[in-house]
Amino acid sequence: MKNKSRRFVLTDILYIAMMIVPVIIGIVIKTMTRPVGDGVSITGAQVYFKIPMPIQDLIISESQINSLIVMISVFGLCLYLTHGLKTRNISKRQHLAEWIIEKTDNMVSSNMGEFFISFSPFIIAMLALSGFSSLLTLLGLYAPTSDLNIVGGWAILVFILITYYKFKCGPLQYMKSFAEPVALLAPMNIISEIATPVSMAFRHYGNVLSGSVISVLIAYALGNLSNLLLGFLPGVLGDIPFLRIGIPAVLSIYFDVFSGLLQAYIFAMLTMMYVSGGFPSDLYFKRKNRKIKN
Amino acid sequence: MLELAIGIILGGCALGAGCAMIAGIGPGIGEGNAVAKACEAIGRQPESKGDVTSTMLMGCAIAETTGLYALVIAILLIFVAPNMLVNTLLNALGK
Repeated sequence: MKNKSRRFVLTDILYIAMMIVPVIIGIVIKTMTRPVGDGVSITGAQVYFKIPMPIQDLIISESQINSLIVMISVFGLCLYLTHGLKTRNISKRQHLAEWIIEKTDNMVSSNMGEFFISFSPFIIAMLALSGFSSLLTLLGLYAPTSDLNIVGGWAILVFILITYYKFKCGPLQYMKSFAEPVALLAPMNIISEIATPVSMAFRHYGNVLSGSVISVLIAYALGNLSNLLLGFLPGVLGDIPFLRIGIPAVLSIYFDVFSGLLQAYIFAMLTMMYVSGGFPSDLYFKRKNRKIKN
Repeated sequence: MLELAIGIILGGCALGAGCAMIAGIGPGIGEGNAVAKACEAIGRQPESKGDVTSTMLMGCAIAETTGLYALVIAILLIFVAPNMLVNTLLNALGK
């Protein structure tokens, strides 16, 4: 394994740079544009610039830039993991890549059935994007998932997928699915259809945002508390909030890491359930078989 | 007079946010029930721990939704509504 060609190593370095450089650029942009303060402020995403458009100005904000950063980094990670694939004597990174693909395929086929196995790239993309977006707070960047616009976009995408698979048996069948079990319940069914993307977006956004708000509030409270308790120390020592060192990091294990990854998992899980649940599989396969016979 | 009006707006927003978070009771009870039942199930069938845990996390997340709606409303009331309402008031008074 030692005699890797020079080109292989150079490509590897390029891919690793592709993972790391966007994040560093994001941190630089953040430190350049962030107004000076004591670090305790709860604001939405910072707006970088506006592009004038006929109906409404197109706002380019922190969350858009950060989600692009995540996309490029994940793309670099994928390229790095799949670089130099072999059939025998495989490397560690190929082991990891194969493990990820196998796990996703298993998850998709056990939750959605064999018909939807082609969904697994979409599901793993969703998982990676959502998970890494939430983990971006660990580097001090604004998490795109705590912006309702980003998560709302994903939820609308999932809603389009659900509707597409409901339409597979024709528009008549789609209309009929609202009148179940009785036609009287149609308004209720329509409301619950609209509530699906809304609740998906709000769940993800609310969890991540509440975590970051609570973290900021705790950091603020600890700063005040250390002023109260350790304010008697002479000179500069009295001004440094000592209690703020370390303690918020313990809480961020739950609020940033666990909560973010759990929400990514739940978003992917709900996507699978709604798409496969809305699809009228019995009727579809019956019609398909009839077509094949004729 | 204007100070009083702005004070009422700010106080109303804070009270509203506090009242909205009463909704946190429901998900708390619901998730507690779910976890209790999951523990019982694992106690009965320890070999199904993985399945039960993933289903429980899923159910907890869905039960949490109502609480999160309340949270979103509370956050809007605290951070967004005061500015907006005060601006509306000032515009209405022509100041």
